[in-house]
Amino acid sequence: MLAYLRRIFALIRKEVLAVFQDARTRNMLLLQPVLQCLLFGYAATLDVNNVPYAVLDRDLSTASSALLAKLDGSGVFHRIANLTRADQMKPLIDTQEVLIAIQIDPDFQRQLSAGQQAPVQVIADGRNSNTADAALGYVSSAVESFNADWRSDHGLPQPPIQVVTRAWYSPNLETRWNLVPALVGTLTLMSTLMLSALSVAREREEGTFDQLLVTPFRPVEIMAGKAIPAMMIGTVQATGALLVAQLWFRIPFAGSYPTLYVGLILFLLAAVGIGLFVSSIAATMQQAMLYAFVTIMPFTLLSGLATPISSMPQVLQYFTLINPLRYAIDLVHRVYLQGAGIDQLVPDLWPMAIIAAVTLTGAAWMFSNRIE
Amino acid sequence: MIDHPSSRLAAKARRVAALIRKELRQVVRDPSSVAIGVVLPLMLILLFGYALSLDVKNVPIAVVLEDPSFQAREIAASFQLSSYFETRVTRSIAEAQELMLSNTVEGIVRVPADFARRSAQGDATVQVLVNGIDGNTARIVEAYAEAAVAQSGARLAAEGQADSSAGGQAVVVSQLWFNSANDSRYFLVPGLIVLVITLIGAFMTSMVVAREWERGTFEALFVTPVRTDEILLGKTVPYILLGMVGLLLCLGAAKFLFDVPIRGSVPILLTLSMLYLLVSVAMGLLISSSLKSQFLSSQVTLVVTFMPALMLSGFIYDLRSVPLTIQLISYLVPARYFVSLLQTLFLVGDVWSVIWLNAAILAGAAIVLLTLARRATRKSLS
Repeated sequence: MLAYLRRIFALIRKEVLAVFQDARTRNMLLLQPVLQCLLFGYAATLDVNNVPYAVLDRDLSTASSALLAKLDGSGVFHRIANLTRADQMKPLIDTQEVLIAIQIDPDFQRQLSAGQQAPVQVIADGRNSNTADAALGYVSSAVESFNADWRSDHGLPQPPIQVVTRAWYSPNLETRWNLVPALVGTLTLMSTLMLSALSVAREREEGTFDQLLVTPFRPVEIMAGKAIPAMMIGTVQATGALLVAQLWFRIPFAGSYPTLYVGLILFLLAAVGIGLFVSSIAATMQQAMLYAFVTIMPFTLLSGLATPISSMPQVLQYFTLINPLRYAIDLVHRVYLQGAGIDQLVPDLWPMAIIAAVTLTGAAWMFSNRIE
Repeated sequence: MIDHPSSRLAAKARRVAALIRKELRQVVRDPSSVAIGVVLPLMLILLFGYALSLDVKNVPIAVVLEDPSFQAREIAASFQLSSYFETRVTRSIAEAQELMLSNTVEGIVRVPADFARRSAQGDATVQVLVNGIDGNTARIVEAYAEAAVAQSGARLAAEGQADSSAGGQAVVVSQLWFNSANDSRYFLVPGLIVLVITLIGAFMTSMVVAREWERGTFEALFVTPVRTDEILLGKTVPYILLGMVGLLLCLGAAKFLFDVPIRGSVPILLTLSMLYLLVSVAMGLLISSSLKSQFLSSQVTLVVTFMPALMLSGFIYDLRSVPLTIQLISYLVPARYFVSLLQTLFLVGDVWSVIWLNAAILAGAAIVLLTLARRATRKSLS
């Protein structure tokens, strides 16, 4: 048993040295997740907070300027043009100088005073319909707030039913709270899968894998020697990303670290299993890299990272069941933001364990049965 | 012997053609090249077209009906009938909170016990609790609840059951230009073209060239009469061709599978795509010639070209809303200009001011990157 451990330890040492002897590789593996986490934590927001707009105010009344004051005071809208003719709108939108254009009709105030509905026409640039929707949402809430003021200024009753909203776990509905913890899983999946896929392929390409096979090492030991260093690097990377989330973005950590790391290690085992399986079917580094990439793409896109799983077609929702990243993102969210304990995580843990078991067994079988 | 210019040119063309032929043969023989040239674009097309959708559907929510009155049930029914939600009706808030804690539901709509009584007085409330982790879904639940409640309030008012006397109010009448159906595919599919071209151009080229450096076959090429430019040309042309295949697949899918309109002119679209493909190939060449290691250059290419094309190009996330530093960084991402071009050419038409500006920047980037790549290839010889 001791000899067994010593052999695996020797393999791990060799592998770590092989990866870390090159300063460029070392820096890239350690810095890349931290940098990406920082960059994308800022970039990936579905909220809009800077909407340039143009206005064609044909009423020029106190009511219309009160409405525009609501927009200007929201901190979201920036008026960049006061228009005088309707045909000035199109060029501004076409060249993306404004995201929305607002038109207020000449009898806006008169209609309001007469107790009628007064339309506010809003044109949005739909090139990115998601951004446009978000901006339109803000226009609606500014108009709602204007209406409430108008009612109270004119002694009118407020609407009979009010909606009171509260958000759990992320009170301001910030996309970043959702995204940055999810990146912990995504970034580590990318590098551990590639690292493990390439480590075997590199030895194949250089011919040293055959040498390894004729040593007294058993295939299982060789695999452990490849898997454990990749998992160690993955753990370090995940820690880096977690530190960015907490220390830089100040997203409060609600759970316990041992729980999170138990989950992450299981996830890394699954990721490495997939990577080793990929490398067992690839003949060259290029193939390993490309197959790894073809695997990572659907895993990332179908993980719930960018878009909700419940909006996907049923067939693809079934596919997400074999996607370790889906469980990892859910797990990190639950532990990080909701403070879930290990007993609540069982639905995420056992699928990852099965994925790890299947892929590692498959890879071991391929290694021992495929010697050209 | 007099070296005639035309015969020199012919010799050059022959050398480049030989290199291209060798490279093309390698591409066709290696199943992984086919994977990235054909399988990957197809996979991305299907994923982006069918799987990714920010439109919210079937969100599981709990409706807590503490008040059995008609008005309260009407509000619950409007959630049950909506295709946005999958509703579970519970009698107590404790039960609903249990469901929310176990992530079975994403939100709770609570109609309190005194709802009917207070709505007659005009001060009723409906409580909405959302799981803030998915902010996008949370906002939609919130907006929908407001709309459902406003509708029911209006109906009550019309039936004279509540006093919401006809006060004037401003209403928003909105138009979504260029995408009146509000279909998220309209921006996802043009974005997909950017990703496919970046992948094939940069990732593929950088892998292949780094392998030649690693194996030393690049040095072997240098001792032949072939010149640096010719080698670079021979290396890039096959991947430009592969990129064109991916591009045509995407364009075909956009037009025939997803009905995304192409309102600008197709020749301009193709020309600009070629230009961006050239920029991507140049980035791949530059990275691999500087690093000369397959693992390193593949990782760096991914981080420097693909991830920014996804996250910092304005394809999904609005660049106007990110902090200034990130905005400045995004100006260094060539994909940003191509996204702007594609969104305009697909959805708006030939807006010349947008086309000239972005095309000029891309052309400048191509020249700078190719010069750098050429220098990196040459310098490494010494």
